[in-house]
Amino acid sequence: MTSFLSNSISEKFRQNFIEDDRWRYLTDGLKTTLVITFFAIIIGMIIGFIIAVIRSTHDRTGKLKILNFIAKIYLTVIRGTPVVVQLLITYFVIFASVSISKTFVAVLAFGLNSGAYVAEIVRSGIMSIDKGQLEAGSSLGLNYPRTMIYIIIPQAFKNVLPALANECIVLLKETSVAGYIAIEDLTKGGDIIRSITYDAFMPLIAVAVIYLVMVMILSWLVSKLERRLAKNERR
Amino acid sequence: MNADKRPHELIEVKNLVKSFGETTVLKNISETVKTGEKVVIVGPSGSGKSTFLRCLNLMETPTSGEILFEGNDITKAHSREVNLLRRKMGMVFQHFNLFPHLTIKKNITLAPVKLKIMTKEEADKKADELLEIVGLSDKAQQYPGQLSGGQKQRIAIARALAMNPDVMLFDEPTSALDPEMVGEVLQLMKKLAEDGMTMIVVTHEMGFAKEVASRVMFMADGQILEQAPPQQFFASPENPRLKEFLSKVL
Repeated sequence: MTSFLSNSISEKFRQNFIEDDRWRYLTDGLKTTLVITFFAIIIGMIIGFIIAVIRSTHDRTGKLKILNFIAKIYLTVIRGTPVVVQLLITYFVIFASVSISKTFVAVLAFGLNSGAYVAEIVRSGIMSIDKGQLEAGSSLGLNYPRTMIYIIIPQAFKNVLPALANECIVLLKETSVAGYIAIEDLTKGGDIIRSITYDAFMPLIAVAVIYLVMVMILSWLVSKLERRLAKNERR
Repeated sequence: MNADKRPHELIEVKNLVKSFGETTVLKNISETVKTGEKVVIVGPSGSGKSTFLRCLNLMETPTSGEILFEGNDITKAHSREVNLLRRKMGMVFQHFNLFPHLTIKKNITLAPVKLKIMTKEEADKKADELLEIVGLSDKAQQYPGQLSGGQKQRIAIARALAMNPDVMLFDEPTSALDPEMVGEVLQLMKKLAEDGMTMIVVTHEMGFAKEVASRVMFMADGQILEQAPPQQFFASPENPRLKEFLSKVL
């Protein structure tokens, strides 16, 4: 009985992953997932920081009214609609008539989506920095942008690092809907194996485990970075 | 600090008014501070003395009136010019406002280097000199979080001095300190005064006012009600509000 069970498990493993090199669906998929996640995070961070600075500058000084208004519309639209819908619209509406790499579309869609969440995270970080820091900077003759870059943002970044890391983890997992525009990411890769072998258990569990391991690695890296940054503020 | 030691008008305030919404905090103040003077401003809390000080380097924007610094009306200056003139006015805050993410040395060198007033080497040298003056050379590589309140405030003073200011503004520099740390900060300020720095100090330290001030100013209800050299100020106050105030604090 036990040998039958272990035989069937190893047989299934062979069928799902070894036969016809099916494991490549997972590794190629993982590569695509990582590429989309990586570039989407970069776009998201850039957009997020810019919008956060615009919004917090407006909150504190009342300047940048028009930019703040545009930013608010962006935040409302992005946060008010599902990411799958945004992905579909980006692919089938915005880039409908252009032939363009699907991965690029996904990077753009997920980046734009993430930017909205990063923006609010960073803004909360900027607003959490004591007003005295801004005053100290300007009392030394540093202008507003310099004070932001050298004094406010480094401190804000450190304060919101856990939240930003969380956003990266969310984004990594969210890219699993990329299959909606027929991108063969990790999730889609597992699903393709399932459709070939008619076995759901093995490929889907494998996909889940790979996501889990990536998230754990990411969390570990962030806690390391956090500890390094925290060293500066021993009290 | 200046080659030109002859006293001349460094700061001239004309008809300064500052309102926050409906409340008028400064009611038509006109005042002059000359180079080398040490002006100490005292008064009950809420009297507008901090606001007055903060108007001088435009931390607060005056509602109306003029502030002339070295002859130029700064209330009409563009933000670029304002930043240039703030370099010449060092400010020390009640809550220090050191930059917690930077080492002590970087706290001091950040502005001179980023504003390209000094090279990194020059700024480092200047920082070493200043740390020596404030007696904290051993703390150069530490972070503000590792310092006591008194040490933080001494660093804050060093940071302001790194810009070679023409005047130093002190906004209740010892109010947030534990009593045993007040002395070291006042000591440093006294040394600064003896070196000829022009100083405007908002404080509750009457002993410091008596010892260091060339003129003590009493503010209440957004007005300067009385001012005199410390001797006269404390010995024979005239204004009834000041008499009442002094009877409470002395």
